Amino acid sequence: MRRFSWVRFVAVLKKEFLHIFRDRASLIMAIAMPIGMLLLFGYAVNTDVEHLSTVVWDQSQTADSRDFITSLRNTQYLDPDNFVQGYKEIEGYLDSGKARAAVIIPPDFGKSIQGQKQANVQVLIDGSDPTVARAVKSAVQTLGLDKSLQLQSQRLVAMGTASGTNMALNIETRVWYNPDMKSKNFNIPALIGLILQNVIAMLTSFSIVREKERGTMEQLVVTPIRSLELLMGKLLPYVFIGFVSLSLILAVGIFWFGVVPLGSVSLLVFLATIFLVNVLAIGLLISSVAKSQLQAMQMTFILILPSILLSGYIFPRETMPKLLQLIGGLLPLTYFLDIVRGIFLKGVGLQYLWQDTLALCAFAFIFLAVSAKKFKKTLD
Amino acid sequence: MKLAIDCQGLVKRFGTYTAVQAVTFQIPPGKIMGFVGPNGAGKTTIIRMLCGVSVPTEGQATVLGFDVLTEPEEIKQRIGYMSQKFSLYDDLSVKENLDFYAGVYSLRGKYARSAKTQVIERIGLGERTSQMVSSLSGGWKQRVALACALLHNPQLLILDEPTAGVDPVSRRVFWDLIHQLAKEGVTVLVSTHYMDEAETCDFLGFVFHGQLIAFGSPQEMKKREAKDNLDDLFIYFVEHEASDDPRNLIIKKGGRG
Repeated sequence: MRRFSWVRFVAVLKKEFLHIFRDRASLIMAIAMPIGMLLLFGYAVNTDVEHLSTVVWDQSQTADSRDFITSLRNTQYLDPDNFVQGYKEIEGYLDSGKARAAVIIPPDFGKSIQGQKQANVQVLIDGSDPTVARAVKSAVQTLGLDKSLQLQSQRLVAMGTASGTNMALNIETRVWYNPDMKSKNFNIPALIGLILQNVIAMLTSFSIVREKERGTMEQLVVTPIRSLELLMGKLLPYVFIGFVSLSLILAVGIFWFGVVPLGSVSLLVFLATIFLVNVLAIGLLISSVAKSQLQAMQMTFILILPSILLSGYIFPRETMPKLLQLIGGLLPLTYFLDIVRGIFLKGVGLQYLWQDTLALCAFAFIFLAVSAKKFKKTLD
Repeated sequence: MKLAIDCQGLVKRFGTYTAVQAVTFQIPPGKIMGFVGPNGAGKTTIIRMLCGVSVPTEGQATVLGFDVLTEPEEIKQRIGYMSQKFSLYDDLSVKENLDFYAGVYSLRGKYARSAKTQVIERIGLGERTSQMVSSLSGGWKQRVALACALLHNPQLLILDEPTAGVDPVSRRVFWDLIHQLAKEGVTVLVSTHYMDEAETCDFLGFVFHGQLIAFGSPQEMKKREAKDNLDDLFIYFVEHEASDDPRNLIIKKGGRG
């Protein structure tokens, strides 16, 4: 092995920084794209079901029916703001999407409740979005259960057969880590990984492919520069940009979206660095295959789809078929998502994250070895 | 006297295709050797092997006394290379390009500064050092590229079609520099399509179908085949060597040769 020359390495490093500062497009990509993606994904990818517009046909018009409608509103899931008469109108609301649910209270509702009989309420749910439909269904079912228990015990007390309103079995549920079950708490930390991967991999591959495209690579091979010096000099600026992007995303996540990491930020930054090495190696691999910047861009976009679908970014990996789980397991992002979510939501440290960390290290090692070897070949 | 280039039976095959066949020639130091021949004849492949970038399939060669197979790094540090494509970074200024190549050749500190000043003065780049390369004309880009190749005082300058697409005035300036450098003892290996340039070389090699089919001084070569000028000689060689080549039919139809 010939000696590593700092002079040559620094020359490449300087030149690369000059390229970055001169090239407005990559500067914008490095700074504006993370923030843009964060705002876009942070707001658009929201699976929280809240305040769905609801249409009500109250045929009873009694204190009891109005009381029931108020309870519906108090669940926060439904906003019973539209009042109609008849199924025709309800159909219109649901068909047009003006309402996602319809509540039909029969004329005898008040009478049944007062008269110790069973009262019926019909709820129609727009099931086109299963997530929404499930949430509404369980909300109204819980409400119905609560209401009937309450009425039951009131009736028992009135009859004098029971003295209290204690239930025989009380199940208390408590949600840990994300008590309000806000999807942004789940999404924003994961976006750190997704954004870093896409922006940095693209920029890195660009910087090397550009050298091929312009023909300057041909000149570099006849100079005494070693591939390691060239590689390090070209990659290091992107580590720096990666940290800038990371800080930006963290800052916007914490101060704008209010998603604060429970665990150690320094551990997060440390593990993000290992992830960044993975991303650089991916960029390098892309650049060794791509012949033009356009191709490099297309390849990065091809990478985005499995990254979103298979890494557990949106959908839980446990429910996927074995094969897809396996493919997801080949993405470094999958492991990094476990890490960021662990640190952000659970506040856990390395004692629970060491397996994911080890996987990231292994990937970094393999990717770097393969891509460095491929890169060397392009030089020879 | 040590030879600048000693090339013995170089062969390069890409799969079953033979790009270069048994090329043998020698150049003493301080001489200008010109490569002429049609496009795709194998000039660039020979040059790449001599730079230590491409490994010969057979044969051997020493450049400045170093073996191209075992000591390519020694060769790379001592030669200046400039190719037909502009090898400069468009988005950097002339000075930044020079700084980069100075670093790549491990020049530093005072030595790097004096090397840069010398080259800037010699090539006459003084007023353009802060200009972006993208704003330079083709001729000036060529001169900046030469400046970058001369920074580390190479003993051998390898130029692959350096004047392709450059205006006549810039071409003249460029060749004056080449001759000046040769006088100072720098060996020059240059490939060209311009016969007026070839005429001024000390040695000429005619490359065709991967073979060096003629080698010698321009005067010798013309005398050997009894031709008045190199243009005629060029066409004579192409016809003579490969009369079945479809490209030659066009030449014959033109009624020349």
